[in-house]
Amino acid sequence: MVGVSFLTFSSFNVIPGDACVLRLGFGSTPETLEDCREQHGLNRALFPISIHSDAPWLHVQSSQYGDWLWDIPAHQDLGRSLAEGGAEVSTELERRLPITLELMIMTIIFALVLGVVPGVLSAVRPNTPIDWLARIASVLWLSIPSFYLAILMITFGLLWFDWTPPQFGSGYKPFMDDPWINLQQFFFPSLVLSVGIAAVIMRLTRSAMLEVLRNDYIRTAWSKGLRERTVVWRHALKNALIPVITLVGLQVGALIGGTVIIESVYNLNGVGKYTLEAIIRRDLFVVQSLTLMFAFVYVLSNLMVDVAYAFLDPRIHYN
Amino acid sequence: MAQEVALPLELEEELPERGRRWRRLAHTARRHPLGVFGLFCVSLLFFCGIFAQAKVPFVELGLSIVPYDPLDINRETDVLGTLAAEVDAEDKQLTVLGSSLEAGSSFDLETERVTVTRLVSEIGDTHTVAVARGSSPTAHAQGVLLKHEAALALADPSFSHPFGTDHLARDVFSRTIFGARISLLIGLVAVLTGVSTGAMLGVISGYFGRIIDTIIQRGVDILLAFPPVVLLLAIITVVGDEDSAVRKFLADADLVPGFVPLIGGPIDIRLPERDFIGIPNFIDVFIVALAIGLAVGVFTTRVVRGAVLSIKENVYVDAARSMGASDARIMWRHIFPNVVALVVILGSVLLPVAILAEATISFLGIGVPLPTPSWGADLSDEKSRQLMLEGYWWPVFFPGFALSLIVLGFNMVGDAFRDLSDPRLRGSGLGGGGGGGGGGGGSSPL
Repeated sequence: MVGVSFLTFSSFNVIPGDACVLRLGFGSTPETLEDCREQHGLNRALFPISIHSDAPWLHVQSSQYGDWLWDIPAHQDLGRSLAEGGAEVSTELERRLPITLELMIMTIIFALVLGVVPGVLSAVRPNTPIDWLARIASVLWLSIPSFYLAILMITFGLLWFDWTPPQFGSGYKPFMDDPWINLQQFFFPSLVLSVGIAAVIMRLTRSAMLEVLRNDYIRTAWSKGLRERTVVWRHALKNALIPVITLVGLQVGALIGGTVIIESVYNLNGVGKYTLEAIIRRDLFVVQSLTLMFAFVYVLSNLMVDVAYAFLDPRIHYN
Repeated sequence: MAQEVALPLELEEELPERGRRWRRLAHTARRHPLGVFGLFCVSLLFFCGIFAQAKVPFVELGLSIVPYDPLDINRETDVLGTLAAEVDAEDKQLTVLGSSLEAGSSFDLETERVTVTRLVSEIGDTHTVAVARGSSPTAHAQGVLLKHEAALALADPSFSHPFGTDHLARDVFSRTIFGARISLLIGLVAVLTGVSTGAMLGVISGYFGRIIDTIIQRGVDILLAFPPVVLLLAIITVVGDEDSAVRKFLADADLVPGFVPLIGGPIDIRLPERDFIGIPNFIDVFIVALAIGLAVGVFTTRVVRGAVLSIKENVYVDAARSMGASDARIMWRHIFPNVVALVVILGSVLLPVAILAEATISFLGIGVPLPTPSWGADLSDEKSRQLMLEGYWWPVFFPGFALSLIVLGFNMVGDAFRDLSDPRLRGSGLGGGGGGGGGGGGSSPL
């Protein structure tokens, strides 16, 4: 984690020109620039430890990177944006995080529904029209980039059905205030985002189900005279879902990238859009905090996959 | 009995006769129509990418499948009418046959620009108009055509512009085909640089182990901890900056020092700031490719290292070492040949991923900048997208369609290939996520 933040910080400092230059324009005088830098602490040393030529030991000092890193555990402070108005990163996150989280959760739900159900159906009846349909759908879904799909849905929805997705410009309605409007707002972005993940899930479900259905205990279940529904959905799917769960965990990285794209297409004021804006504005502390958070979520989700794996399959043990 | 019959049949199958081979190929093709379609899409990409415009360095081929320059403004010429009587240089009135001219409208008489000031008289089809003439008025004979030329913006798809024109009057068909060249170039450069460096680092890391392995793998860990899109965005903002060191290096460095081509005389091989093989903003394109290459390389390093870890346990590696072979020799002659197949497969899997990644970051407005006809950049054009909502769908639709088609093609080829190579799944058509890793990897950046 520290490595990630270190890399972000140092690479952003390699670029000549900083947020102050960008904000005040290139024609600004050195004095105003210096003021701006003073105000945001950009003129401090970069790193907390340095080696001075006159004293050959490590020298600890107040620095941009050290203070930022120290403030996270010490004051629960992620620093503040360098932009005009300079909102604190943590307050911005407080406002934007629910949007992105809801988008991600709904996407995962959609992806599971769109992936698992056709996957199971096509595995149970291989080489039938259902199977063909599901397989072709999965290749198509896998291939169409989410931003293109989003643009097409917005455009042709408007042109052919005179329909626009509920606007976000008017403001985000929290789920607790108005669940119906809220779900309307999130339905299409998460649907579009889920399509690519659903395709991967569908393929994995299908092959896992085919594998599982060949097992002895499935034959036993059939010979016991259990109904098809019980055999497929209870006995087989339960075991076939283990790799699928892993896959969902591993797709979290893709999901984060997807929120950056979808939030900018649908104009959702979530964390993804915030990241994109911050990167373009070269807003050092914001980018740093966000990448730190993303990396944290990413690593955490991979860890959770391992835990879930051991939990779902009692045969797996980690020492 | 049954076995005796089966045996010769099988032997016959193995005969590598030419005709039989072709027949088997045809049989395979019939069994995998989707794979054939995919192959067609992929070849289309390569064909369009290579022959999009024949401005290759050093050689000027007279061959191009792009009907118009993808950056040029297309103009349309209307004939307004003909001159009914001859005019000399001083005449301020024209008699025109065939069109109703309004005050303020302007047109060309051969090379002279003429503007109508007012209509004098109108008798049937013949109009007499008072005009302001160009800077150096000349005489014109009777029957000269009055031409009106205007930029052909947002034209519907038609025979001369199959995909229409966009709001800057550029031909969308040409841009879409030319986009294949950008995508192909970025994909190939990214995969070649990324996979080769990644494989090298992977072999070194896996072979030496210990401290070298730890250093390389911690570096890889850090880069893998970023979600891929965020990583790409961050790299490109850092590297693609107006005066970043990398850009300066690419712009100034002699990439091939002392290169003397067969044509004679040393040529200054530098990446041109602007136009190179017809691609404007070539340096930006190149930087995007390198950034994607980095992301690709990180992934490759991890995979190759894993393979090397198991390969180096083989007895022949010990044997080579006991014969006194150097580390470099063992890595190059004994370990590397064993990972080549893996590396080639990785490269082909990552090519569509790289193409898609380019489109994504260009779409977000950070990749290839706009006048360059990249599919992703065309999709990101604000003006085009606004106009799309008003019914002008073609400037955005076709580049996106091409992108989807190419990715679809790669996916279908991959599926068919996996089907053919995995006998367990044979007969079940598309093999599902046979290699969960392959499927997951294939879609990872998005």
